[in-house]
Amino acid sequence: MAITLTQTAADRVEKFLANRGKGIGLRLGVKTTGCSGMAYTLEFVDELNAEDTTFESHGVKVIVDPKSLVYIDGTELDFSKEGLNEGFKFNNPNVKDECGCGESFTV
Amino acid sequence: MALLQISEPGQSAAPHQHKLAIGIDLGTTNSLVATVKSGMATVLQDEHGHALLPSVVRYMPDGSVVVGHEAQAQQSHDPANTIASAKRFMGRSLKDIADRAHIPYSFVDSADSSKLLQLQTRAGLKTPVEISADILKTLKARAEKSLGVDGGRGELLGAVITVPAYFDDAQRQATKDAARLAGLNVLRLLNEPTAAAVAYGLDNAAEGTFVIYDLGGGTFDVSILKLTKGVFEVLATNGDSALGGDDFDHRIYCWILDKIRESNSDFTPLGEQDTRLLLTKARQAKEWLTDNHEAQIVCRLSNGSLVDVTLSATQFVELTQQLVLKTLSPTRKAMRDANLTLEEIKGVVLVGGATRMPQVRQAVEDYFKQTPLTNLDPDKVVALGAAIQANALVGNRSDNDLLLLDVTPLSLGLETMGGLVEKIIPRNSTLPVARAQDFTTYKNGQTAMSIQVVQGERELVADCRSLARFELRGIPAMAAGAARIRVTFQVDADGLLSVSAREQTTSIEAHVVVKPSYGLSEDEITQMLKSSFGSAEADKKARMLAEARVNAGAIISAVTIALSHDGDLITAEEKLAIEAEIGALQTLSLSDDAVAINKGVDKLNHATEAFAAARMNASVSRALSGKNLDSINL
Repeated sequence: MAITLTQTAADRVEKFLANRGKGIGLRLGVKTTGCSGMAYTLEFVDELNAEDTTFESHGVKVIVDPKSLVYIDGTELDFSKEGLNEGFKFNNPNVKDECGCGESFTV
Repeated sequence: MALLQISEPGQSAAPHQHKLAIGIDLGTTNSLVATVKSGMATVLQDEHGHALLPSVVRYMPDGSVVVGHEAQAQQSHDPANTIASAKRFMGRSLKDIADRAHIPYSFVDSADSSKLLQLQTRAGLKTPVEISADILKTLKARAEKSLGVDGGRGELLGAVITVPAYFDDAQRQATKDAARLAGLNVLRLLNEPTAAAVAYGLDNAAEGTFVIYDLGGGTFDVSILKLTKGVFEVLATNGDSALGGDDFDHRIYCWILDKIRESNSDFTPLGEQDTRLLLTKARQAKEWLTDNHEAQIVCRLSNGSLVDVTLSATQFVELTQQLVLKTLSPTRKAMRDANLTLEEIKGVVLVGGATRMPQVRQAVEDYFKQTPLTNLDPDKVVALGAAIQANALVGNRSDNDLLLLDVTPLSLGLETMGGLVEKIIPRNSTLPVARAQDFTTYKNGQTAMSIQVVQGERELVADCRSLARFELRGIPAMAAGAARIRVTFQVDADGLLSVSAREQTTSIEAHVVVKPSYGLSEDEITQMLKSSFGSAEADKKARMLAEARVNAGAIISAVTIALSHDGDLITAEEKLAIEAEIGALQTLSLSDDAVAINKGVDKLNHATEAFAAARMNASVSRALSGKNLDSINL
């Protein structure tokens, strides 16, 4: 399994990293909070931790810690637009149920 | 499905608790809203892809409010209910608006002339604050949709709103009030030039001094910012409140008219519709010439005649040369105020759509001898900087907050005898600032002192603006000049002035917080600065005259008192001679000749020499009489 980005998402991440001026990639993760038990996190990465797994998709490094990987392995990250709002979207095959907004989920 | 943004390492927020913040450029002509998404400042667009929201508000017959392009389109159709440029009236009272004849709105006279002005519209009385609030509401709604606030992503914690660096306290307060009316929490008001500097990331750069050259649609502002250890300090601001891109359009418009006259001898003045058409064509030609060598202007006037002229870029540069030069004069003044040489300027930032014109860029480059920063859209740069600042203020950035300092736009001082101004805090002092100066009494036994606080650059109180007046009472009766009264001026970080006066021997104190219900308009500031440069010579003369009069008054009063006490020490003739000189000096004091008054003072001084000696002898012998030699320490 792996974590992948769509082409659109990869282009955006590259743009944001370039604008930021530093960072080696994008960290995907989960936190145990939120209305449905777990929540996604999306952060820039400046430093790698020893236990991290690194994937590469469309030239972008995607970094995941081992605990999070269990819950999000196989996820495809997309970038999409809904009305005036735009942002990244997790397409996670492990999810059984999510809260109305999709920011937190259960597996 | 929620749409996520990328956070800084370790800064991920819990679901529904994203700390959302926006930056708003509330402009005279156009307004924008921006935010930071995934670490990148972005200007938010409306449903039609427009980033700029024209700062025009129309009150509709059905009670609804229309803001932006739609309102702008109806401006000439429904002028009384379609308000543009409300920013020019922010924090102003009716008497601050000099040129009402050219403004199509119905201003309402208030019994209290210092009250903020109101406009009569079909939706009732509207203040500029309410009109600005309607613009802010539109931007807020746009931001909430774009950020997914309605989708429950998080709360809009607040906004950073930009204001011109010269905005006074009343104008800043009015801007804050407008935000509150719109339901926005103001994180901070940020000076426009500082926002531009932040957008370019100059706050991350090495230390240095930067110039922000902002040529907007109708106003020109130049600011000099100094960055030291992450602190932005506004060293100086200057500008011209009646110079902008519209003036360039107008030059082309006049040129087209000349061309029409040349080819058509029986030329009749244009109607309003044709004027608007030609002005639009002129603006399009100006924009076209930014990237092209010539612009063809073709249109048909309402009388059926065809206009077909071609304007070359070279001709355009010649036509507008004076306008470009006009921006350099305030620039030089700001450089002089900041006491800087060109070599000390580390970078120049261009702001405002009009800085896209190549001749403007060239002029700035020639003057500063360096290439200005232009890679950000000059229309958006202020909003982007505000968004970056807002993002930092709500804690989405690990870096320390930027600390931003401001300056006093005009000198602050108080009135001294003779209607003169003693400047306590000079113009362009960085805030917060506190300065104290000692003053004394003018008359024997004076027990109260009236302190008038004034703002302005001129030497005479009558030419400056009075901000407040208060009295210090209970000064112990002392000889003139013996009391020590320390007056302290203090301006805090929000630009609020407080003045206190304290008599040093008794510690009695009086205090006033100056919170002007209105301040000086940018026009007044420019006007006052201009007149102070133009009338320096006249001011010096007026000052000399006032000083001479004060001097004469003081000596007349002293001699008169002495004569009433010790008049018997001199002969009747001597007394008559002194009284004659007093009379002569009193007459001279009424004249406008400072030199003659000073001569009169000298003559009176001379006439009283014998009397003074006699008084001295008398007081010495009075002190010595009845005492033996041993009790006097010689």
